[in-house]
Amino acid sequence: MAEFMAAGKQPEVLFWVGCAGSFDDRAKKITKAFVRLLNKANVEFAVLGTEESCTGDPAKRAGNEFLFQMQAVTNIEVLNAYEVKSIVTACPHCFNTIKNEYPGLGGNYKVVHHTQFLKDLLNDGRLTIEGGQFKGKRITFHDPCYLGRANNVYEAPRELIRKLDAELVEMKSCKSRGLCCGAGGAQMFKDAEPGNKEVNIERTEQALETKPEIIAAGCPFCNTMMTDGVKNKEKEGEIAVMDIAELIANAQDL
Amino acid sequence: MEYVPNIIFAVILIIGIGYFSRNVKKLFRNIKLGRDLDVSDDKPQRWKNMSMIALGQSKMVKRPIAGFLHVIVYVGFVIINIEVLEIIIDGLIGTHRIGLHILPNAVYGFLIGSFEVLAVLVLIAVVVFWLRRNVIKLKRFLSAEMKGWPKSDGNIILYFEVVLMCLFLIMNATDLEFQALNSGNVISQFIAPWFHGFSEGTIHLIERSAWWLHIIGILVFLNYLYFSKHLHILLAFPNTYYGKLTPKGQFDNLEAVTKEVKMMMDPNVDPFAAPPEGEDAAMPAKFGASDVQDLSWVNLLNAYTCTECGRCTSECPANQTGKKLSPRKIMMDTRDRLEEVGKNIDANKGEFKEDGKQLLGDYITNEELWACTSCNACVEACPVSIDPLNIIMQMRQYLVMEQSAAPMELNNMMTNIENNGAPWPYNQMDRLNWKNE
Repeated sequence: MAEFMAAGKQPEVLFWVGCAGSFDDRAKKITKAFVRLLNKANVEFAVLGTEESCTGDPAKRAGNEFLFQMQAVTNIEVLNAYEVKSIVTACPHCFNTIKNEYPGLGGNYKVVHHTQFLKDLLNDGRLTIEGGQFKGKRITFHDPCYLGRANNVYEAPRELIRKLDAELVEMKSCKSRGLCCGAGGAQMFKDAEPGNKEVNIERTEQALETKPEIIAAGCPFCNTMMTDGVKNKEKEGEIAVMDIAELIANAQDL
Repeated sequence: MEYVPNIIFAVILIIGIGYFSRNVKKLFRNIKLGRDLDVSDDKPQRWKNMSMIALGQSKMVKRPIAGFLHVIVYVGFVIINIEVLEIIIDGLIGTHRIGLHILPNAVYGFLIGSFEVLAVLVLIAVVVFWLRRNVIKLKRFLSAEMKGWPKSDGNIILYFEVVLMCLFLIMNATDLEFQALNSGNVISQFIAPWFHGFSEGTIHLIERSAWWLHIIGILVFLNYLYFSKHLHILLAFPNTYYGKLTPKGQFDNLEAVTKEVKMMMDPNVDPFAAPPEGEDAAMPAKFGASDVQDLSWVNLLNAYTCTECGRCTSECPANQTGKKLSPRKIMMDTRDRLEEVGKNIDANKGEFKEDGKQLLGDYITNEELWACTSCNACVEACPVSIDPLNIIMQMRQYLVMEQSAAPMELNNMMTNIENNGAPWPYNQMDRLNWKNE
């Protein structure tokens, strides 16, 4: 972003990478797949790089409003200093926080999830989607809570999957009744409370009922939880857990 | 002497409505114990939500069987109660079926005929409801929080409805004059023959008894509401009106914290300056909620509106996987504690006397609060726009900001965010490494 600023230019969009997308080995692959798609579509985008910091979402959901607002205000200062207008992110938690909770603290941007952004690129003819290796494959989509119920985005990811000429199969609880992967509300960072099952196992079982070849996700945390679930069921040889951006990028061998 | 029944009727009516009003006042007072919350925005949308969700039952029918049966009972209840209007007028001025005198026979017959059909439909629905609770034993009616009073409460309401509907039909069946008209006795004409062997006097006595018991039953039911989970038949309307309008993922930003943070970030603020006069009083006593008075009045309205159907709990990922959390219990606990605080105020002449108890710990445990994934499934599931997640989050805020009582792993996560801007212990300077990997 600093480079754009120095050149006196504004990027079309700022790609908010998020902590998982920056540091988590699995999520970094999603980041890179999305970047390949942005490049393919000739989108002039920027990242904040080392100037990006946690949005504060996990702190807020854990109850630490102080830490959340400290993070938010710091990020908003950076974003406003660069006069950022439009943000895309591959993390529904960052998406929700920046879109809904930053405006009240002085950060007003147009924020979209990467599946919405890719759908727009497709509709504008800037990106074409081919089925490639995924043609005819059974794919089930796991709705991230912070994309679906939290913000009513259900169709963008599904439309992209259909464009792959894949067979989209729905789990018994999907869309507004989708079952959580178990990571939200800061659960990602702690052990589950005592119970008789892990939430991600329950959700993986629902996914397996659809006999999928691929479980598609739209959130780096859901991705981790579902991947762990599939491993727990010893199905990692047959079933891949992939982000929508990876599906599209891999279909075109990008 | 001829006015005695009218006077008795008026007295019963006044006692019934009077006692109910007294409790409604208490209800308002208790709800107002909550923190102030401005919900005066976007009135058109609020009216729309109320008419769709409460009046139109749009969320009830998401589960078709229970939804369909509920619509029958709801429509039946509202429409049959038009009959109560006639009963009250008759009772007060001493007429008999005043409707027959002021309406054309056909219209009156059509009205009563519809009531009779609805009464039978309600009876069928209520029987199915009872079977679902007591014979089929649906899982959501068997949770730990549904033992004892909540279970009986659910059944008592069903019995009430059976009795009221039967009395209504018997009252019509034994009204010889009404049966003679042969208009509107769609159902009761089949009940009337049961009484054929009786003398006219006995039949009249049965008719009068059913009539009196019907109106007394309705007044008792009205007064039972306050003590029961059944308040939703009234509170669902305001509750859906005041329900959340912003996206479900948007949690409120605490204003008190914003003030502090802005001050911390502002280089011009003198950290040693004395607060201006009156500023201290404006600061809230604590962050987050540990008792009902810390919650907003909408949270408390939510608690009174909850009818313990358990759709929230059946959708909750934590509950489904055996964790202690049940969003329904959060609402029931909130109401129970609020009632306790209310009784405390009644007993102490309008002042709350510290009782050494609070919502957190004595009702809701930390374990329940920390099991929540904030996924909003409970909020989505509620047919009357109750938001258990909002209460859970306020209580987490209290645990973390007032008590520093977060689980250790979460403290580590928060320390990481504070120190290196990510929930994991990675170096901020490595954020862009993926670019070259």
